[in-house]
Amino acid sequence: MTKTVTDVVCPFCGTLCDDLEVVVSDDGKKLFEVYNACAIGAEKFLHSQAADRLTRPRMRQDDGSWKEISYDEAIEYTARMLADAKKPLMYGWSSTNCEAQAVGSEIGEMVGAVMDNTATVCHGTSLIAVQDIGIPSCTLGEVKNRADRILFWGCNPAHAHPRHMSRYSIFPRGFFTGKGHTGRKMIVVDPRPTDTARIADVHLQIEQGRDYELLDAFRVAFKGEKLPDVVAGIPKEKIYEAADMLKSGRFAIIFFGMGVTQSLGKNHNIDAAIAVTRDLNEYTKAAIMPMRGHYNVTGSGQVWGWLFGFPYAVDLSRGFARYNPGETTSNDLLRRGEVDAVFVLGSDPGAHFPFSSVKEIYNLPSVAVEPHETPTTEVCKVHVPVAFVGVEVGGCAYRMDNVPIETRKVVEPPEGMLTDEEFLDRVLARVKEIKGV
Amino acid sequence: MAIRVNLITGRTIQQGVSMEAGKEKPAYTAACGIIELDPADFKKLGAFRNTTVRVTSQYGSVVVKAVEATQGPHPGVAYIPMGPWANRVVNPNTYSTGMPTFKGTPVTVEVAKNEPVLDSLELVRKGCRGELA
Repeated sequence: MTKTVTDVVCPFCGTLCDDLEVVVSDDGKKLFEVYNACAIGAEKFLHSQAADRLTRPRMRQDDGSWKEISYDEAIEYTARMLADAKKPLMYGWSSTNCEAQAVGSEIGEMVGAVMDNTATVCHGTSLIAVQDIGIPSCTLGEVKNRADRILFWGCNPAHAHPRHMSRYSIFPRGFFTGKGHTGRKMIVVDPRPTDTARIADVHLQIEQGRDYELLDAFRVAFKGEKLPDVVAGIPKEKIYEAADMLKSGRFAIIFFGMGVTQSLGKNHNIDAAIAVTRDLNEYTKAAIMPMRGHYNVTGSGQVWGWLFGFPYAVDLSRGFARYNPGETTSNDLLRRGEVDAVFVLGSDPGAHFPFSSVKEIYNLPSVAVEPHETPTTEVCKVHVPVAFVGVEVGGCAYRMDNVPIETRKVVEPPEGMLTDEEFLDRVLARVKEIKGV
Repeated sequence: MAIRVNLITGRTIQQGVSMEAGKEKPAYTAACGIIELDPADFKKLGAFRNTTVRVTSQYGSVVVKAVEATQGPHPGVAYIPMGPWANRVVNPNTYSTGMPTFKGTPVTVEVAKNEPVLDSLELVRKGCRGELA
């Protein structure tokens, strides 16, 4: 027999859908089906059941082959590596719960590590911009119930946040948005006619990398001032049209993604986007929100915010928290060869960092705590498989609008497998022993 | 014949699904070991769809399969889904922001018919050992 677990939270993207239904065996050991999830979320749940899943830690041998080791040996290697290093990098923290992030932070403090999360290659530049000029934001509940002008700038939720539009931004009928998508106007700014752009009322096919110019043009257009004939590849008539559309709404929301944070201009693009939002508030209610990628990257920013005062790139190597993006960020540290050990948990820099950084990880003592086999585990010296957070263990996660949601355990992990938090607890205890505290 | 295009990267749903199904599996290579080119750029390149090509920037080089743009047209812009293939060639400079420049790398694309598209693990392994061009 089977049973259905309802209201399950999806641990894939920052949308953190909380309406999944998962069919599991009566003893809770097997997971059979997933309902309501997007294709990516469903795959994440189902992959936990893969027959070829690794269940024990392994260590790379000199000849390049793997040797299975015990959790005790993995804990010993990790604790020694971190305690012996002068300035270890502890990276990732986005695909795990806040409880594990807190334990990891304690280890980081004890060994003088640089703590960095995936915002460093995602919305790190947005965080810099928020520190520069603040952010007028809101929750996704407000978007669902109030927003009637939706602008997606440099993001493609049809692919990256597949249920965002149906749950919150475009299609749902909310308290003041009873007509659903027919009562909303949707604008997409993207250098490609993406699948999101195809359903928009207006698509501005911007020249790649010219976001700052177009954002500034919006500020000019709001005021009804003169624009050049073409800005960033967009005829001025289209800019005026889009600006008027935004101004005429009751509640406008700007969602932005990697198109602005990763193109040249970086944090200054976000400065401009936030300034657009501020200007728009002269005419109507407007808010702006980053489309956070990992389901709990927001949470790691929260945890470090309350522990250290900074949301990412926190350097604890001097015994107190320092933060200086460009200096204490993972890719800068790796490329300049400024760290002497790498610990990765809940992320895959091997796949998602530029290759020059990956090569540096390969050359250093390194541990990857990761349920899957990934390019990161391929370049690390020790690979520690753990239980999937949000599938095999619960814990707190923060949605992209900074709303905390408790994820749920729906199925048992393979026998004898540790969770992130259990593994970190034991590493912390061993580090304390080594340090004699 | 080689063409110059502006490379951007990012998520596709196929990338997301195959990533969660296992990055060591062939589906991940099929989803991310590709470059999406506009039909106009295919014409300039003088290549058929699904030809293997070598993509080169001043930062590195990688062999991927050229496919027609799924979210086009975007002449002059090429797209490799985020992953180890794209990261062989993207601009790693952060310009003191911490963020590598994943979008907007000028690249050259040329036909490389007989070269294989490596899977993700082999690509990083061989790259780290210095066994790749």
